[in-house]
Amino acid sequence: MKGTPRNKLLEISMIERQHTFKETTLTYDKDVAINEAKRCLNCKSAPCRQGCPVGVNIPLFISKIADSNFDSAVQVVKATNALPAVCGRVCPQSEQCEKLCVRGKNGSAVAIGCLERFLGDYAIDNGIYCAAVGANTLKAGHGSVAIIGSGPASLTCACECIQNGYKVVVFEALHALGGVLIYGIPEFRLPKRLVDAEIKSLVSLGVKFEINTLIGRSISFSDLRKRFDAVFIGTGAGLPNFMDIEGENLNGVYSANEYLTRVNLMKAYLDESDTPIMRARNVLVIGGGNVAFDSARTAMRLGSKSVVLAYRRTKDEIPARVEEVEQAEIEGVIISILSIPVKLLSDDNGNVRGAILKKCKLSEMDVRGRRSFEIIENTDYEIECDLVIVAIGTNPNPIVKECFSDLVTDSVGRVLVDQNNITNLPGVYAGGDAVTGAATVISAMGAGRSAAKSIARQLNGKYIN
Amino acid sequence: MYQIIAKRVCAPEVIEYVIYAPVIASSAAPGQFVMLRVDENGERVPFTICDFDRLKGSVTILVQTVGVSTYKLSLKNAGDDILDLAGPFGEATDLKNYSRILLVAGGIGVAVIYPQAKVLNSKDCKFDVILGVRNSQMLVYSNEIKILSDYLYITSDDGSVGIKGFVTDKIGELLNANQSHYDLVFAVGPPPMMRAVCEITKRFNIKTIVSLNSIMLDGTGMCGCCRVTIGGQVKYSCVHGPEFDGHLVDWNEVIFRSKRFNALEKEHYCKLRGL
Ligand SMILES: Cc1cc2nc3c(=O)[nH]c(=O)nc-3n(C[C@H](O)[C@H](O)[C@H](O)COP(=O)(O)OP(=O)(O)OC[C@H]3O[C@@H](n4cnc5c(N)ncnc54)[C@H](O)[C@@H]3O)c2cc1C
Ligand SMILES: Cc1cc2nc3c(=O)[nH]c(=O)nc-3n(C[C@H](O)[C@H](O)[C@H](O)COP(=O)(O)OP(=O)(O)OC[C@H]3O[C@@H](n4cnc5c(N)ncnc54)[C@H](O)[C@@H]3O)c2cc1C
Ligand code: FES
Repeated sequence: MKGTPRNKLLEISMIERQHTFKETTLTYDKDVAINEAKRCLNCKSAPCRQGCPVGVNIPLFISKIADSNFDSAVQVVKATNALPAVCGRVCPQSEQCEKLCVRGKNGSAVAIGCLERFLGDYAIDNGIYCAAVGANTLKAGHGSVAIIGSGPASLTCACECIQNGYKVVVFEALHALGGVLIYGIPEFRLPKRLVDAEIKSLVSLGVKFEINTLIGRSISFSDLRKRFDAVFIGTGAGLPNFMDIEGENLNGVYSANEYLTRVNLMKAYLDESDTPIMRARNVLVIGGGNVAFDSARTAMRLGSKSVVLAYRRTKDEIPARVEEVEQAEIEGVIISILSIPVKLLSDDNGNVRGAILKKCKLSEMDVRGRRSFEIIENTDYEIECDLVIVAIGTNPNPIVKECFSDLVTDSVGRVLVDQNNITNLPGVYAGGDAVTGAATVISAMGAGRSAAKSIARQLNGKYIN
Repeated sequence: MYQIIAKRVCAPEVIEYVIYAPVIASSAAPGQFVMLRVDENGERVPFTICDFDRLKGSVTILVQTVGVSTYKLSLKNAGDDILDLAGPFGEATDLKNYSRILLVAGGIGVAVIYPQAKVLNSKDCKFDVILGVRNSQMLVYSNEIKILSDYLYITSDDGSVGIKGFVTDKIGELLNANQSHYDLVFAVGPPPMMRAVCEITKRFNIKTIVSLNSIMLDGTGMCGCCRVTIGGQVKYSCVHGPEFDGHLVDWNEVIFRSKRFNALEKEHYCKLRGL
C-alpha cells in the first residue's frame, strides 16, 4: 500500500473549463482520501509540520483520516487552521509542508493539501464550521474588538476573539466579505460558497459584520479606537503596482485587481451582471505569481483566442503554485519566459493594440536568494494584443497611511508591528498583507491568530490554546 | 439596505434622491462621493454627495439617467431600498485660503457645486457661480445657488435661459473684464468643458480645480481603474481625488478613458430595456 503513487485530483473537462467558472479539480471522495492518507509514513520527526507556517499537526490528522475518523481529524486541523477548505486549495504546499515530506525524497510527497481540502469540505458539508469549539464553550471575556477588513487575517482574528468572549465587529469597505478570497481568487479555484459558509459560521457565533464601511472615511480611525477596546488592522495590500512604461494607461490595460474584481466580485462573466468586462481576442498577462495565473486562466474562460503570460525570469523562479502553472498550460496559456514588456502600443482611439517586449537573461542571486534578471538589449519583439493585464504585485492601500493617524508605517505603507502583531499605538494590532505586503492566505491567518493572542493578553481574558 | 426617503424629479432625466445612510451622513463633506449598487446584479457606480443632513441621517444625490445603473435606480421610489451604499469616498474639497472664487458647473456638475456653495456661504467667502445648461428645463438648484452666491450667471446652449452660449464664453468675459480678481476657479462638468475652462484660466494664470468623473470600480484604491495622470504622475481619482489641479491633468487620457466601456454599456442597456 505504501508504495502506491500519489492520488491525483479528478479534473473537469476542457469544454467545461472553456465555458464555465466551475471549480477545475474535484475534492477526493472518502475512499481516495483514506487511500492517500495511508501513504503517510507517520515519521516521528514530522518534517512536514516545520514547513507549515501555522504548525498544523499534519501526521495526526492524516492518521485520523486513515482510520476513517473524520470528525476528529477536523478538530486536529481546526485547532490551528480555521479555514482548511480554503487553505487546502490555495496554500503553496509544494513550497511548504509537501516540500519536506519524506516520501517526496524518492517518489511523490503525500498530498497533504488535498487531504486538508477533503477535511475542509467534509467539515462544511457536516456543519462543523470555523470554530474548533462549539458556541457553548465560549469564554466569558469582557471587552470589544473592532476588526478592519474581512480577509483571512481578519476572519481568523475574529474567530479567535469571539471564542474568547469579546464583542467583535468586522468592518469591510466592499459590499462582500472575504477580502481577496472573494474579490481576487477566482471561482474556478476557490468556490465562493466555501467562504460564505465560513462567514455564516462566524455570524452564528455572534460576530457582527458591517459592510460598505471604509475605516478612515466612513468612520474615522480615531473614533473607532474610542468606541472599541482593541482594534485589529487587516486591510490587506490591494493597491496594484504598475510598471511605469509608456502606454500603461491606454484603454484595455487593466491591473489584475481590476480585471479579477470585475469578474469575481462583480460577476461580470454572467450575462445578467451590469458590470462590463472586455472580452479580448489576444491577451498579454504580465507577471508570474498566482495573481498573474488567475488572470490568464480567467481570460481563457472569457473566450480569448490567445493568452500569453510574460515572465521575466525562468520557470524555476515562477512564484505561483505548481498546480496553477500546470493547469494554465493545460488550458492553453502560453508562458513566455525571460520576457519583459517595455512599451505598450496604441491605436488611433487610445486602445492598446500591441506590446513591445525585450528578452532577459538570469544573473546572480539577489538578497532574497532568488536569481535576478538582466534585460538583453536589441532583442525587441512585438506582439499583438487587445488586452493587457498587469500583475506585478501590490502594496498596502494608501488610505491606511493617509487616514490612520499616528500609526507608524514604512515607506510603501506597510504597518510596522512587533513579533506579537502589536503596532506603535496602544490597543491597535495589525497582520496579514497590510503588514507583510502581498503574501499568502496561511501567513495572514497566522498573523490574525497571533494578534488575537495579544488582544486576549491586553483584555485579560483567557486564551484557548 | 438603504432606504430612499424622498425622490424628486428636478429636470428631464435628472432625479434627486434622499437616502437614509446615517454613517455616511455623519462623516460626509463637500467634494466626496458614494458608491451605489442598486441590486444584486448591479454595478458599483459613483455619485457626488450633493447634500447631507447629519441629524436626519440622510445623504442626497442628484442623478442623471444615462445608462443601465442610473435607469435601474430611476425605477426606485421613495420607500424602496437600495442594496448597497458606501462612502463617503474621496478627499473633501479644501476651499479655504481663497479670497474670491468662481464656481463653474456644466449640466449635472451642479451636484458638486451646490454643497460647495453652501459651505462657502456659511464661511462668508466671496464667490460667484456660472451654471451652464442645454436649455431652461435642465436648470437644477439655481434658486438655491442664487441665494447663496454673490452673483449667479446662467448660460444655455439654446438661449432659453440666461445668456445664449457656453460657460467658457462667460468665463472669458469675466476674466477679460478683470473686474472680479478671482484667485480660484473650480470647474466641474463633462471633460471637454473642463478642459476648455482650464485652457482659458491658464492664459490668465488663475489656479483651477476640476472634479474628474473617472470610471470607478471599488472606489477604495485597490484596482487602479480610476487612474489619471496629473503632472506626469499617476493618481487614483477615488482616493487622491476626485478633485485635481486642472492645469496638470492629461485631458486626452481622461477623455479616452471615459469612453472605454461605451460600446459594452450600450449593448447591455439595449438588452435590458429590450431596445
Ligand atoms: C488573485 C490572487 C490570487 C491569490 N492566490 C493565492 C494563493 O493561491 N495562495 C495563497 O496563499 N495566497 C494567494 N493570494 C494572496 C492572499 O490572497 C493574500 O495574501 C491574503 O488574502 C491576505 O489576507 P489579508 O486578510 O491580509 O487581506 P485581504 O484578503 O487583502 O483583505 C483585506 C480586506 O480589507 C478591506 N479593507 C481595506 N481597507 C479597508 C478599510 N480602510 N476599511 C475597511 N475595510 C478595508 C479590503 O476591502 C479587503 O476586503 C492571492 C492573491 C490574489 C490577489
Ligand atoms: C466621483 C464621481 C462623481 C459623480 N457624481 C455624479 C453625480 O452626482 N450625478 C450623476 O448623475 N453622475 C455622477 N457621476 C457619473 C456617474 O457615476 C455615471 O453617470 C454612472 O456611472 C453611469 O452609470 P450607468 O450604468 O447608468 O451608465 P453607463 O451605461 O455606465 O454609461 C452610460 C454613459 O455614461 C457615461 N459614463 C459612464 N460612467 C461615467 C462616469 N463615471 N462619468 C461620466 N460619464 C460616465 C458612459 O461613457 C456612457 O456614455 C459621477 C462620477 C464620478 C466618478
Ligand atoms: S476605483 Fe478602484 S482604485 Fe479607484
